[in-house]
Amino acid sequence: MRTFVLADLLSLFIALQWTVALVIIALGFGGPLALVLALMRTSGRRALRWTAAAILQVVQGVPLLGLLMFFYFGMPVFLGVEMAPLVAVGIAMTVYTASFLGDIWRGGIEAVKHEQWEAAACLGLSTWHQFLYVVAPQAFRMALPPTVGFLVQLIKGTSLASVVGFVELARAGQIASAATFQPLLVYSIVAAIYFALCLPLTLWARSLEARLNAAR
Amino acid sequence: MPLVDIRNVSKSYGSARVLDGVSLEVNEGEIVTIIGKSGSGKSTLLRCINALERIDGGEILVEGRSVRTDMPKLREFRQRVGIVFQAFNLFPHLTVERNITLAPVLNKRITRGQGRALALDVLERVGLADKIDAYPAQLSGGQQQRVAIARCLAMGPHLMLFDEVTSALDPELVGEVLKVMEDMARQGMTMVLVTHEMGFARTVASKIVFMHRGRVREEGPPAELFANPRTPELRSFIASVR
Ligand SMILES: Nc1ncnc2c1ncn2[C@@H]1O[C@H](COP(=O)(O)OP(=O)(O)OP(=O)(O)O)[C@@H](O)[C@H]1O
Ligand SMILES: [Mg+2]
Repeated sequence: MRTFVLADLLSLFIALQWTVALVIIALGFGGPLALVLALMRTSGRRALRWTAAAILQVVQGVPLLGLLMFFYFGMPVFLGVEMAPLVAVGIAMTVYTASFLGDIWRGGIEAVKHEQWEAAACLGLSTWHQFLYVVAPQAFRMALPPTVGFLVQLIKGTSLASVVGFVELARAGQIASAATFQPLLVYSIVAAIYFALCLPLTLWARSLEARLNAAR
Repeated sequence: MPLVDIRNVSKSYGSARVLDGVSLEVNEGEIVTIIGKSGSGKSTLLRCINALERIDGGEILVEGRSVRTDMPKLREFRQRVGIVFQAFNLFPHLTVERNITLAPVLNKRITRGQGRALALDVLERVGLADKIDAYPAQLSGGQQQRVAIARCLAMGPHLMLFDEVTSALDPELVGEVLKVMEDMARQGMTMVLVTHEMGFARTVASKIVFMHRGRVREEGPPAELFANPRTPELRSFIASVR
């Protein structure tokens, strides 16, 4: 047994880097996938719409913990592929992000009136340009508050990666607490760090929402 | 050759026949006004001319080319036919200038500088050059509608379609929009418009078309049509709008 020292605090902040890395991975890969899913979900082709709807439905029906378990423990069993924790966690967070952001952005796209597409089409814009210059900017504004809200979920969700042994902030907290026998102190610090990360985002989301409502 | 040649066009929504063998010619420089009761198919006909709606039978020729939703070069075609709607449909996130120049910049690859000059030019024609940097929400309904017209003019259209463009406006704002349309008519623009402004139809139109239940029931020069309606439907319609 030893006391909680600066080195322990440092270890928490090193682990925090991995928490941030997971968020970046989830957004970097999950974001583009979410856009594809949102576009499929709102496309004129029924096959695309249904495929995207099915994917969203299935993934959202599984808790993030289940996704983590599936990719870390399940893949070796079903497909015979071993996965490094980072890879398994990265894929799980990506899939999770893609499905939730995909749904949020679908809502944003659908909130833009059909007449906006039509007006752009009447000016001879291609379908892609209609989306890019007319619909997407309006959809983005409406979807931004819930998107930031999801980011908070995502940051907190990374703590689940600890169950497959991945050393991010929560797991580092477990280790430090076991070593120092000061769980109350250690977990308070861990909680404070999550809070410091999420609070500004929550406030930002709220002010965005207020501004959006005022603009209506 | 007429600029617009509508030949025996039919269209149904499910089992409802909305256009039932409509034929109509619009010559270059003509102002054709479509009147008729709500639900008689006026908007649908207008939207078919611009390939916004699929037709089930017949044919629509514009400048000799058959108009279909799957026609080749649909986008080039749309740039030559301007359409203005009752609800303006400006892009709320863009300034007046960007509303006007978006399509020319993307389609014709003009520069931002040329775009601004173009925007100023068309805005002058609708009397709104001083609003070039405003956002749509900062404009009155009448001003928004004039910007929507300017946005079409920037494409250099050969034909303009108007669907009840003054119906959503406060009465005191109707005049400024009609005046812009009158100016366009005087400059020789070919126009097909749906309107409830009978005074405007009477003075500006070269031809009035009365639609009833998806058919053209009567057509002719305004003076003649209003003075001597031949069908009871038109007679009661005229009585109802007076
Ligand atoms: N997308 C649609 N789906 C089903 N029915 C439609 C659709 N659009 C129009 N209709 C029907 O077609 C008929 C003609 O509609 P249209 O909008 O062309 O009439 P209109 O003459 O323009 O009427 P108004 O003066 O009210 O604008 C109406 O009965 C309408 O209910
Ligand atoms: Mg109508």
